[in-house]
Amino acid sequence: MKSSHQIELTAGIFLLLAIAALIFLALQATDRGVVSGGSYEVTAEFTNVGSLRPRAQVNLGGVTIGMVERIELDPATFDARVTMRISDRYDELPEDTSASIVTAGILGDQYVSLEPGGSPEVLVDGDRILFTNSALVLEQLISRYLFNTEGGDN
Amino acid sequence: MSAPTPATQPRMQAVRDFGRALLFLGKVISRMRFTRLQVAETLRQIYFAGVRSLVIIVTCGFFVGLVLTLQSYDALARFGAADATSTLLALSLFRELGPVLTAILFAGRAGTSITAEIGLMRATEQLDALDLMAIDPLERIIQPRLIAGMITVPALVLIFNATALLGGVVYAVFLMGTDSIVFWGNIQNTVELGRDFGHGMLKAVGFGIVASWLAVYYGWTAKPTGEGVALATTQTVIATAIVVLFLDFVLSALML
Repeated sequence: MKSSHQIELTAGIFLLLAIAALIFLALQATDRGVVSGGSYEVTAEFTNVGSLRPRAQVNLGGVTIGMVERIELDPATFDARVTMRISDRYDELPEDTSASIVTAGILGDQYVSLEPGGSPEVLVDGDRILFTNSALVLEQLISRYLFNTEGGDN
Repeated sequence: MSAPTPATQPRMQAVRDFGRALLFLGKVISRMRFTRLQVAETLRQIYFAGVRSLVIIVTCGFFVGLVLTLQSYDALARFGAADATSTLLALSLFRELGPVLTAILFAGRAGTSITAEIGLMRATEQLDALDLMAIDPLERIIQPRLIAGMITVPALVLIFNATALLGGVVYAVFLMGTDSIVFWGNIQNTVELGRDFGHGMLKAVGFGIVASWLAVYYGWTAKPTGEGVALATTQTVIATAIVVLFLDFVLSALML
């Protein structure tokens, strides 16, 4: 049998443990959370993001390395600015990496696919990816094929 | 306690039991006093109900998280949605599994011991002795256990949820190679603090009240024999499990 002093102390530690669990869960596992370290953000501007959504995957070579944090419209250029959060494990992406928005299968979700370039400089937090390919919108493609409205060069 | 009541019909027995439990709770609340001695005794009861339940809560939480992630990862991977595993895990833990499993485990681990302890005090006439010494047993014995249970259950739910998420991380991140940014990012994008986590904790508070109320009530009304105490202990577990599952449905329907 422990002394009553020790018992009260252990009970206090137990309650502190519960409060620590509360803070951990609230900050790490809900929408009020702050994403912990271990990641960095890069942006890329597309003329059209199609149906890309926040929290879509960011892939490189088919491996998920991050996710889309937010998508907003640049008020001056009317380009869509996509902010991506990429895991720290992949912090040596070349500066001339290109980003394109592609679709998984014909009806699948859209995601951002990165293609590494050859520059010795690497992307760091807050950098912008310069080379981008917009989403292919299926209706526009079909329309171009059917009505040949692309322009008069063929 | 009271004058012998006329025998009620068996079918009214359940209603009468419910009324008695409600009156009992009202009596305990109306006689509550918060002296330094009471607070110290409540802390001691938090130790017996909470700290001593930690081993089973942590073990159970970890393996529930592990196996839930294992099963949902396998099922979701067939649809190419393995990244949604963490969201599924967090939502089902916060909203249902955490509060319900913890309340039932609490009834089995701590509720039974509270019932047996009070029932034995009744059987060995310790409660009557306290009464003779002008010490109110409702205030000295029941109140600390009731309040300790109400505090302990939400605390245990928090610890259960945290360890279960840890189990999920072990399987999804360490064994299956999901990136930890994707794991936590998906949770943070989907799980709402108020609607998912907050409602789950409201349930936890409700279950805490029910579980500790039933434990002290069955102990208090146990027949003063060995058989009576054994029966009361069994009833605590059964009643808590049924009431918690029923209340879970009602609260879910109300809050969704």
